[in-house]
Amino acid sequence: MTTAPALDSKQKAVVDAAQVAVQSRGYWTTVGGRIRDDKVTMVCGFVVLLIVFSAVFADLIALADPYKASMLRRLAEIGAPGYPLGADEMGRDMLTRLLYGGRLSLFMGISPIVIAFVIGGTLGLVAGFLGGRVNMAIMRVMDVFYAFPSVLLAVAISGALGAGIGNAIVSLTLVFIPPITRVTESVTTQVRSLDYVEAARASGARSLTIIRVHILSNVLGPVFIYATSLISVSIILASGLSFLGLGTEPPEPEWGLMLNTLRQSIYVNPWVAALPGVMIFFTSLSFNLLSDGLRSAMDVRL
Amino acid sequence: MLNYIIRRVLYVIPIGLGVTVLVFALVHMSPGDPLSAVVPPDAPEEMVQDLRKAYGFDKPLPVQYVTWLGRVLVGDLGVSVARGREVVEELRIAVPNTFILAAGGTLLGFTLGAILGGIAGFFQGRWIDKLATSIAITGVSVPHYWLGLVLVIIFSVEMNVLPSIGMGPGGSTAWEWDAEHMRHLVLPVITLAVIPMGLITRTVRATVAEILNQEFVQALHAKGLFQRQVLAHIVRNAAPTTLAVMGLQLGYLLGGSILVETVFQWPGTGSLLNSAIFERDLPLLQGTILVLAMFFVLLNLIVDILQSAIDPRMSRR
Repeated sequence: MTTAPALDSKQKAVVDAAQVAVQSRGYWTTVGGRIRDDKVTMVCGFVVLLIVFSAVFADLIALADPYKASMLRRLAEIGAPGYPLGADEMGRDMLTRLLYGGRLSLFMGISPIVIAFVIGGTLGLVAGFLGGRVNMAIMRVMDVFYAFPSVLLAVAISGALGAGIGNAIVSLTLVFIPPITRVTESVTTQVRSLDYVEAARASGARSLTIIRVHILSNVLGPVFIYATSLISVSIILASGLSFLGLGTEPPEPEWGLMLNTLRQSIYVNPWVAALPGVMIFFTSLSFNLLSDGLRSAMDVRL
Repeated sequence: MLNYIIRRVLYVIPIGLGVTVLVFALVHMSPGDPLSAVVPPDAPEEMVQDLRKAYGFDKPLPVQYVTWLGRVLVGDLGVSVARGREVVEELRIAVPNTFILAAGGTLLGFTLGAILGGIAGFFQGRWIDKLATSIAITGVSVPHYWLGLVLVIIFSVEMNVLPSIGMGPGGSTAWEWDAEHMRHLVLPVITLAVIPMGLITRTVRATVAEILNQEFVQALHAKGLFQRQVLAHIVRNAAPTTLAVMGLQLGYLLGGSILVETVFQWPGTGSLLNSAIFERDLPLLQGTILVLAMFFVLLNLIVDILQSAIDPRMSRR
């Protein structure tokens, strides 16, 4: 009996794509070709790379010190001499801090997905492959986590653990393990019942071999796509936690935290105060479009 | 179907218990002594021990859990440490305020999403579809707490036409149906509506497109039905999925409005959670999370039952 809410449309598309992956030949070549033809996805891929690179190499690109405050330059306008994007409430160069801010924002947004992908993927694989009581146990625990709206769960765990980058990552990981487990379980259950897996079992292959050779290769792709589609939400939530004062602590440059501290200054210099959010928005939008592009490239039904 | 409803209702019990375990564990996972919020650091050891006993913190955790659960079941969520009032009282003020915001957000998001998604689904591939799809993806990608801030900047700071914070004049915490309160509602509701609008647009578009591809639609046309009548069939077929997404969204907004409530200083559960976290007010934290999660569980239940009533196939899953 499935009493848990049905898979949503995104999850369903991922599960359907798994079946397609099994059927077609030269699959990855087709996918590669489709992505190259898709301008939006290519542009978004480029934007994502640009954001990641500018964060990683912030110390080479940025002109100023992200921590150096200046009382004279407090809340300088956008375009003020020497401050192309203005200055924050402590007179620190906004452009520099936005570049550096990407480091923590991206790290806090992406690492929970990576960890949840590994843990949730393993749990889902085990639950789907073994079925029966193990499946029951794992999936019912996930149902309990599903009983919390994601923002509430993230805030509740972070709030209980206290502020800090590590705690924020732990809480976001816990938020994303259940959905990833669910999708993996669903895909695995579907692949497991296919004829060729039965054939492998009949010819005497051990369980581990079946998982490694036959199941993993068909499950990994769709689950990976699903995980990438969660990055956008994760980045928004990670910065959201910092915005609430539950993530990064001052004076570290991080988009959510910058938004929080600049919030007091919206009556003085509103548009400088809004800048960190523009970065979060573009990053999350690019990841979303990129993941949409990857998904439709993998989904033959289109 | 009755069978399904009974099983579905019974399933709320283990999930509800699981939720209480998780909420209890969460609060006891938090570092530091749970008494640190009430007891000054230089309090005499004897007094600390007495308080520990009074709060029941000296007993083993499972015993504490059972005691706590027993009180929760009769509606006693304890006393807020920082405010010195019953947690239930605090929630009685905050929950309706959050509900107004969440209901407004869902309603606006749902209306816009259903219209945009319906149009996009009917005119797939045309410019209007592309426009609706772009609006939808922007809606799901925008950090809504930032959008709230931008709206405040535009309508409060620059144009000075709408209030930026609070729920009513003079820091009102009780909702009234008057113009002042409505004016305070505008910006938070728009902010909150953006995510459900995006999600519902995408769902409705996909559902309508899927239905249009089914043979029965051609059969209806072939039968000579008017466009309007065919539309009625499509709406009826798209309703269960859309309803499910909408129900879940209302739940997400109830529990997820904390960020928006923080931006607008709206006196709801989000603000309650926020102050509970920063004042390390564990009973208030525990009670608020529990109540919000239980609302979500119940909402899921209602959605599933309604869905099975509209679409009999659901109950045979």
